[in-house]
Amino acid sequence: MYILIAGGGKVGSNLTRTLLRDGHEVTLIEQRGTRYDQLELEFEHQVLKGDATEMSVLESAGIRRPPDLVVAVTGDDEDNVVICQLAREKYGVETVIARVNDPRNQIYFDLLGITRTVSATSSIMALIEHEVPQHGLIHLLELRKENLEIVEVTVGEQAACTGKLIGQVVLPEGARLISVVRDGKPSLPEDSMRLVAGDSVLAILEPGKEDELRRVLVRE
Amino acid sequence: MKAIVVGCGRVGAALATELKAGGWDVAVIDEREEALGRLGENWMGEFYVGHGMDVPLLKSAGIEEADAVVVTTDGDNTNILIAQVAQRKFNVSSVVVRLLDPRRAEFYRTLGLNVVCPTSSAIAGLKAAVLGDAANEAA
Repeated sequence: MYILIAGGGKVGSNLTRTLLRDGHEVTLIEQRGTRYDQLELEFEHQVLKGDATEMSVLESAGIRRPPDLVVAVTGDDEDNVVICQLAREKYGVETVIARVNDPRNQIYFDLLGITRTVSATSSIMALIEHEVPQHGLIHLLELRKENLEIVEVTVGEQAACTGKLIGQVVLPEGARLISVVRDGKPSLPEDSMRLVAGDSVLAILEPGKEDELRRVLVRE
Repeated sequence: MKAIVVGCGRVGAALATELKAGGWDVAVIDEREEALGRLGENWMGEFYVGHGMDVPLLKSAGIEEADAVVVTTDGDNTNILIAQVAQRKFNVSSVVVRLLDPRRAEFYRTLGLNVVCPTSSAIAGLKAAVLGDAANEAA
């Protein structure tokens, strides 16, 4: 694959090294002079000096071919957004991936349809939430483009659903159960199955409906 | 009529004072507190210190009721983001953005932004002046 990476910091340089080792063709763009000099010692002609939000720089890097993938991992979220917009809407790059440095800027990426984003802060926060089970609900996977997420909850003793058949449980609109794990064994949630306290349930739902789901399945 | 001016440099400040003099409600946002000085001693409009990409700040400045948003910070990419948020998230009817890079200006016009590019204006003005001089000399 031909991959264009904007931003030669820790993330960009490590991606470049790994992708080159895997046999991909990579061009890395870095605008800071001293950083560029360091990168050039290692990556030689595969690193290009310039501002990746300048169209002339992107064009020198081969964006007109176009690349199979553009990865925007500079330290500036506004630059990452513009690089993705230019790549996709001006040059027809099909897949763009962006780094979100400040999670408060996530809304800009969402608003402009840049769905493949990675935020170190959000990832670490998700891991922390995973370790803090008193929420009663664990976020397993976010399908941002589809506006869905998959969560895991443990059925509570006092919950409205406990002892009921799955077919009788009223879930939040749009939510579905995917699997029920009991004594370590997963099974598909049939309408005729009875939920018991301690069941671990996977559900798919719209982000924002977690509280409703928790009221039905957990209720501490 | 209510306007928000993001970026209180020479251009933003002058525009804000002119709109204010024309009877508009004007709220100005700039990262630097010193920028308030550019609005003059008698500034009667609002002034907020903070980053124009800060959505809660835009809300406190009244973006939800604004008739116009003018984006003139010194960063083209920052301006592009703020203008798109004003237009697409807050549906502000008139969003005007200054971009210094003519190529980005041209591209974002195709995406529906109302872009003013002083660089292109300067090039056109200078070119007209040079060609005018040359024509005079030839005559």
